[in-house]
Amino acid sequence: MQVIVCLKQILDPEMPSGSFHLDPKRKRAIPPPGTPPVLSPFDENALEAALRLKDGQGAKVIAVSLGDKLARAVVKKPLSAGADELVLLEDPDWEDLDHFASARILAAAIRKIGEFDLILTGRQAADWDAGLVGSALAEELGLGCVTLARKIEIIKDKVRVERVAPDGYEVVEALRPCVITVDSDLGELRQITMPGIFAAKKKPIREWKPADLELSSPAPARCELVDLYLPKRETVCEIIGGESPEEAALKLADKLFDKCPA
Amino acid sequence: MAKKVKVLVLGELAEGRLSPGTRELLGGGRDLADSLGARMGIVLLSAAAGNTGAEAIAYGADEVCQVEADFLKNYQPEIHLQVLEKIVKKIGPEILLLAQTATGRDLAPRLAHRLKTALAPDCVALAIDPDSGLLRMTRPVYGGRALAVLVCKTRPQMATVRFRALKSREPDASRSGEIKSVAPELDQSKTKSRFIEKVVEEVKGVPLEDARVVACGGRGMGGAEAYALLDELAQFWGGAVGATRPACDSGWVSSARQIGLTGKIVSPNLYLAVALSGSSQHMAGCGNSKMIVAINKDPEANIFSFANYGVVGDYRRILPPLIQRLKQISKGSKE
Repeated sequence: MQVIVCLKQILDPEMPSGSFHLDPKRKRAIPPPGTPPVLSPFDENALEAALRLKDGQGAKVIAVSLGDKLARAVVKKPLSAGADELVLLEDPDWEDLDHFASARILAAAIRKIGEFDLILTGRQAADWDAGLVGSALAEELGLGCVTLARKIEIIKDKVRVERVAPDGYEVVEALRPCVITVDSDLGELRQITMPGIFAAKKKPIREWKPADLELSSPAPARCELVDLYLPKRETVCEIIGGESPEEAALKLADKLFDKCPA
Repeated sequence: MAKKVKVLVLGELAEGRLSPGTRELLGGGRDLADSLGARMGIVLLSAAAGNTGAEAIAYGADEVCQVEADFLKNYQPEIHLQVLEKIVKKIGPEILLLAQTATGRDLAPRLAHRLKTALAPDCVALAIDPDSGLLRMTRPVYGGRALAVLVCKTRPQMATVRFRALKSREPDASRSGEIKSVAPELDQSKTKSRFIEKVVEEVKGVPLEDARVVACGGRGMGGAEAYALLDELAQFWGGAVGATRPACDSGWVSSARQIGLTGKIVSPNLYLAVALSGSSQHMAGCGNSKMIVAINKDPEANIFSFANYGVVGDYRRILPPLIQRLKQISKGSKE
């Protein structure tokens, strides 16, 4: 079994609101000083899914990250968590790619890796929240795709996936290889341990450039970002106070009953 | 010659009727078609269309393309993709709209890829640019901290739309339109995945999306037991209880109750946000509530910048007297 996990480096989605600023000219968020980037949390869920398969029936796990200015401390995390190899696709031309261009480059890298049974990634990157790359990658490679997985089991030549549904879950079987996007319901990435960090130092890292993938130029963008702005907020909060929380609670009850009776 | 279908909606059925999201797409799509002076079509895939074609016309469609087959009963990505790819290519719309539902979010990215076009997912506003005639698609990004406006260079201009972002029209039974039945074309050998079963996890009480009052607890609730208090509070209005993603991920509450960007989207009359910080990812699921009341220990919590009313303090000391007082006043007002 060989499992490829695609992980994206993003601005920390948990950064305080006060640190979030836009560069209106370049139409993008400015990386906040002092808050390092992170791996998209849903991609970490996907890595956890891969590591559980490795724990179960055994699998070689290859982590792949694509972008520009990849912080080594961030993108090497999968190796410390238990992945076996890391492939970094890094180039100044690979900054701010749209989903289609990202899928095209990832597909080229995965073809170059060659052998794989499953490709896992997060349900969406927690920066643009689009949830397109996993599906587009499946289409680029001509593979099946199961989205929003919360449990993944290998059964003979197939994979059985429980996928999150609004009122429960669906069970789907897909032929391998295929692409699976993973939901946070699967569970958080395991804790990084000291032995894990030491073991990671000996694990192979491959770094590929456009020429290594025989990709000439990025695919032309199909979508244009014409505006990026902060939403206006006009709500003013009336704080209901009191001598004690209990007193405030009573005042709130009167207010609520007045505005919204049972 | 009749005007061309420029706006096409991919509809969904729920219990034999058009889904609420589909009715909203027809409402929003109608406005776009009118500003383009064009017709709006809808494609309905189902095992049995029933009366939904006429319903779609009443809600604003000019043309209905009905596709009925047993294999369309459950959503199966590769079957739906194959059938839809052919139909959409044949109609050749300028604009293609889907709802951002479980089906829409799975189907749309792959359909866009097959149609060699882009996709703006999870849009909250759509408008025709008066100068260029192009579709401006607005969607929240960075977990709702910012809004992005996208314009598509390829055709169709394709978007999925967030629930409650567009408004359905009142149905007008006197509207006229055309219903066509189309036989689906399917090559079963091309399907790479198979639907096995659907497991419905029972959620007691009112569905979150329909509740007039929602009480939602976050990470600060501290554990599963604390949600009983929220239940009692919500019960006062016959409402429902929700939770944030961290609370669901901790296993305190079933993920079927998750409210937010990757959970459910609610817009009740009253949203009681308890011990939750108000991250933009969470607010994406409840920001359209008519009134938000925040209860939080931390006076700096982000939720206070969204709330109409707030109480700063520990929910453990606030909820019990609040519930007691509400019951007391209610009893008094009935006597």
